[in-house]
Amino acid sequence: MTKRTTLVNARLLDPASRLDMPGGILIEDGRITAIGPSVTAGGVQVDAAVIDCGGACAAPGLVDMRVQLGEPGGEHKETIDSGSLAAAAGGVTAVVALPNTSPIIDDVHVVEFIARRAREVRRVKVFAYGALTRGLKGEQLTEIGTLKNAGALAFTDGLRAVSSARVMRRALSYAQTFDALIVQHPEEPELARDGVMTEGEIATRLGLPGIPAAAEAMMIDRDLRLVALTGGRYHAAHVTTAEGVALIRRAKREGWHVTCDTAPHYFALNETSIGEYRTFGKVSPPLRTEADRRAVVDALADGTIDAVASDHDPQDQESKRLPFGDAEPGIVGLESLLPLCLELYHNGHMPLLDVLEKLTSAPADLLGLPLGRLAPGRAGDVVVFDPDSPTRILVDAFRSKSKNSPFDRRPVQGRVLRTIVDGRTVFEAG
Amino acid sequence: MAEVASHSYPHRHLLGIEGLAPSEIFTLLDLSESYVEQSRRDDKKVAVLKGRTVINVFFETSTRTRTSFELAGKRLGADVINISPDISAIKKGETLLDTALTLNAMRPDLLVVRHPQSGAVHLLAEKVGGAVINAGDGWHEHPTQALLDALTIRRRLGGLSGLTVAICGDIMHSRVARSNIHLFNTVGTRVRVVAPPTLLPAEMDRFGVEVFHEMQAGLDGVDIVMMLRLQTERMQGSFVPSVREYFRFFGLDARKLAAARPDALVMHPGPMNRGVEIDSDVADDIHRSLIQEQVEMGVAVRMACLDLLTRKLQSNHAETA
Repeated sequence: MTKRTTLVNARLLDPASRLDMPGGILIEDGRITAIGPSVTAGGVQVDAAVIDCGGACAAPGLVDMRVQLGEPGGEHKETIDSGSLAAAAGGVTAVVALPNTSPIIDDVHVVEFIARRAREVRRVKVFAYGALTRGLKGEQLTEIGTLKNAGALAFTDGLRAVSSARVMRRALSYAQTFDALIVQHPEEPELARDGVMTEGEIATRLGLPGIPAAAEAMMIDRDLRLVALTGGRYHAAHVTTAEGVALIRRAKREGWHVTCDTAPHYFALNETSIGEYRTFGKVSPPLRTEADRRAVVDALADGTIDAVASDHDPQDQESKRLPFGDAEPGIVGLESLLPLCLELYHNGHMPLLDVLEKLTSAPADLLGLPLGRLAPGRAGDVVVFDPDSPTRILVDAFRSKSKNSPFDRRPVQGRVLRTIVDGRTVFEAG
Repeated sequence: MAEVASHSYPHRHLLGIEGLAPSEIFTLLDLSESYVEQSRRDDKKVAVLKGRTVINVFFETSTRTRTSFELAGKRLGADVINISPDISAIKKGETLLDTALTLNAMRPDLLVVRHPQSGAVHLLAEKVGGAVINAGDGWHEHPTQALLDALTIRRRLGGLSGLTVAICGDIMHSRVARSNIHLFNTVGTRVRVVAPPTLLPAEMDRFGVEVFHEMQAGLDGVDIVMMLRLQTERMQGSFVPSVREYFRFFGLDARKLAAARPDALVMHPGPMNRGVEIDSDVADDIHRSLIQEQVEMGVAVRMACLDLLTRKLQSNHAETA
């Protein structure tokens, strides 16, 4: 028997088709079969579960293109189970995990392990990157073709930059055989070595070793030249600097196949959030200056930055309650992703559909996922949210196992009301 | 002993010079003066801290500063315990905060803490009941060193404002430089920093100092030349090409000192690398060098800090009673 779910009384928002209208969504056997005002025109079928959205927005479920879920190897910080709960609560219906697990995702077995665990948990869709080099050591390429066939979506060394220009050139060349996207952590590692925050007046005052903004621009600049040399598909993860986005803007104008993303903390915070050594403000790449933050906002608005990822990086207290230099970098981001991105809309930087595009169809398209759209035939992944209601981010209420967020008690507007994956409700606001 | 109202230093800890008001700095210096005289007597002990426990927690090796704090505590009649990295549980993987909580359970009145990481002393201070004195955290601050330098200068020259001090050498990695810059800026002493660009932190010009890369120009007309220690691991090609080249261009010798005022004084926080940042002729010139006096003032300043913070503990107790 066909399983039917009908959402009614919603403001439908589909960034890919620029749809913004009142109506409903019919999901049958996990797939959208109809959307629009006509869904309920002839009445709702008696066997359908009906969800009244009460006028709230219904958009494609968010696709978070960069998270760390702790599993395997870091289960004390997060698991696929707890991470999926956090994702569902954040309106995220698909996540893509970095390969820096233990063991590292440089082998088909680990890709399969994650897929199996995600099936068991059966909450949100969990995908994985493959490591670009074996052991993330930056030396030998992994079996990109085999890993891609096994389900790895794209290839990256996670929070480590591929330092060798030779290795990066070969990766960009070889990956073309499989139309695989190469994702770089754009930071020149030698220049950034030992650094714990962005270089400048505040680092000098705090007596902390700095990472110059130039470390990002140098790596992007080098990689862009390798893209020109090879024709490979290149994506710069979490860009943070004015110079970095300027390089990508120029490359896009010249028609090169390059894309990039950023994370909410790079447009919602700057280096001053570190205050007196607050380790929750320690991230890699580091929080930058106010001028850089503004440049990131501008680059989101003008389309230079294609997508926003949460950069979800759970860290337990033992990893954060340390002197700043010894603490692990990372911010837990799944449950604050949507309200922080909505600040771009509320502050007048971007229309609502453009903000949602960075979180749905754009990352899905980058990774070749048929997700992130409200259209017949597509997966029944939907987030129902109220974009306006004023609230505060409350870290204690996070479902994530870890609570390392600098956004605790931040006033925001917007609240996830319901998250639906393949027609199943996986989260409903209390 | 000098009468000092406890409201003239309204902080529980001494974590840094940055943020202290001029009056708070002068309160500490005035109290230090009285302890200079006392330390020159045959009977150096007073019972100001009788019954109090001071724990010196040094996560980084130090002989001079630890000894200075230990003497200061003992001259005030406190029970002083030293804990150093090799006997502490740090090597066994205990975290800084666990160590802090363990020490706190022993109810020390004062903790004197040195740690190789900037900000570590702040972190520890949040978790303990007593008062904390920062004895040096990473590259960040070393407030008692800046106070003893100021006391030394003030006693010799009668004041601090209107003077020009050149701080020379490894500014980047120096907590002494940062604390001194904050202190001199607060009391109206003009500050120059003189160093090769590899040893200067970013945006130094935002700190109210004049930046020089050349000793001759940097020392021109200054009243005080303050040399900083250059760590061995930074001498051999990483920050400067060689000891020989560093000494030639940035080491203080009689020829370079000639650019300063004829009666300019020379300071060094110690321990010195003779022939690296300072020539022995200059370091040992009793007419010009304040280096031994700095060591003496160190004990007096630390006595004043221990004394003043203990008075704050008392008034806190009184308020809660």
